[in-house]
Amino acid sequence: MSLYSELILDHYQNPRNYGMVNRPTGHSHVSNPLCGDEIDLTIRIEKGRIEDVKFKGQGCAISKASASMVTAYLKGKPKDELKKIDKKFIIKLLGIELGVNRIKCKIFSLEAVKKLEL
Amino acid sequence: MNIKQDFPIFKNNPGLVYLDSTATSLKPRSVIDKAVEYYSQYSANIFRGVYKISEKATQEYEDTRRVVSEFIKAKSENEVVFTRNTTESINLIAYGLGRKIVDGNDEIVTSIMEHHSNFVPWQQLAFENGAALKVIDIDEDGYLLKNINRVVTKRSKILALTYASNVLGTINPIKNIVREAKKINPEIIVVVDAAQAVPHLKVDVQDLGCDFLAFSSHKMLGPTGVGVVWGKEKTLKDMFPFMYGGEMIDEVYVDRTVFKEPPHKFEAGTPSIGEVIAFKEAVSYLNSLGMDKVREHERRLVQFCLQELSNQFGDRIKIFGPTNSEDRGGVVAFEFGRFHPHDVASILDEEGIAVRAGHHCAMPLHTRLGASASVRASFYIYNDESDVEKFIKGLKKVENVLGK
Ligand SMILES: Cc1ncc(COP(=O)(O)O)c(C=O)c1O
Repeated sequence: MSLYSELILDHYQNPRNYGMVNRPTGHSHVSNPLCGDEIDLTIRIEKGRIEDVKFKGQGCAISKASASMVTAYLKGKPKDELKKIDKKFIIKLLGIELGVNRIKCKIFSLEAVKKLEL
Repeated sequence: MNIKQDFPIFKNNPGLVYLDSTATSLKPRSVIDKAVEYYSQYSANIFRGVYKISEKATQEYEDTRRVVSEFIKAKSENEVVFTRNTTESINLIAYGLGRKIVDGNDEIVTSIMEHHSNFVPWQQLAFENGAALKVIDIDEDGYLLKNINRVVTKRSKILALTYASNVLGTINPIKNIVREAKKINPEIIVVVDAAQAVPHLKVDVQDLGCDFLAFSSHKMLGPTGVGVVWGKEKTLKDMFPFMYGGEMIDEVYVDRTVFKEPPHKFEAGTPSIGEVIAFKEAVSYLNSLGMDKVREHERRLVQFCLQELSNQFGDRIKIFGPTNSEDRGGVVAFEFGRFHPHDVASILDEEGIAVRAGHHCAMPLHTRLGASASVRASFYIYNDESDVEKFIKGLKKVENVLGK
């Protein structure tokens, strides 16, 4: 099966939640010089709920699609979700198998979520 | 000449289009068989045993030294030191000689096109000893600037340069550079990273006039775990050992140690015996093809590839390095539209095509080129035009999948 499934390509070509949120309450920046990837994640949490979350940056199709899908999932959810999502969750969300050398592309957005300073 | 037949990996991976020989080459059957021969027939340690199979192993090991020294036209076998890889070879020179001769008033000169293994050891040596690190730049076409006479001075103790770039493909005019540098400072030590040269070109160390040459067996059809330092006997004698321990000593007392003469002074501990032994089969294989033929084959392939890339993709592809195939090895690194190198490599992989994506251990160079990463295809003796055609077809698929 191709890594570049319709779902992945859709999120790569039409990324959801691209940009910066207004009045963010949290922010993180992750970079991977090995592949030249970077993500800035911004989030606004109000009354324990994720009101808005957006990403900006450069990356491969997999890491972009992953950021798009993760932010789409998180939006509107209770803040506790930030702690709950993990590697297994992301892998399921994307629905593709990746070899050891590219797994980091997939979980790059997770790293950004985990590094959020709220 | 069907070279692919000699490489079992093609039988075990039907349809494999291997375009990453710059990272490591594939191995012919003769090399694999030789390693199996050692492990199954005389897998003893060397130098230590007086029994037959140890003597056989020792003789086979030393025989590789002779074959390698002839291959690079060394004056004597004693000029050939076995290490684990090019990286270790360069570190050996930096520690064994660099530490000894470089101090705070000195300069170390290198270039922006170096692999990290011929950059970081010198950068760190400069930091430790307070020396200045000077970096020769490249021009827009990927050639080294012809400003040696302005960069090298009487205070330059070491000039560390690559013979051929693993990203730009540029083949540097080492012989002329050595001559120019030595005119300015006859004492300068010129260290040549030949990891991408010895596998692909005829190399004659005496003709080059350099002081050291470093390369790896695994990039020239040989096993992993074997590197080479070539150095002049007199220089090797004056150096500190790199590692201390067994095999590299003549006598040890509680209060002093007498080291062996080079090359054994630098080969502490049990080396990669089976791999060194098998390495000579790699050299023999290259010798049987003839290095002039190897070079011409790669030059033609690279020319065909450059032509096809520009015919098929025009401005959508940005190729790094010289456009004249006379001046470049079998390496083609490029940026492809707005596609991320990892996506390009992954989609090619789905077609059975192996290329490299990333900064290829040359971050200063990528920064200089204004690219965070690139895709790299590289060729060797077992590649042919049909590999290039499949590669081009694969790149068209990338455009189809990701959208132009
Ligand atoms: C130009 C150059 N120098 C040095 C090296 C390092 O070789 P090794 O990994 O065998 O130490 C490489 C390999 O990638 C190279 O291409």
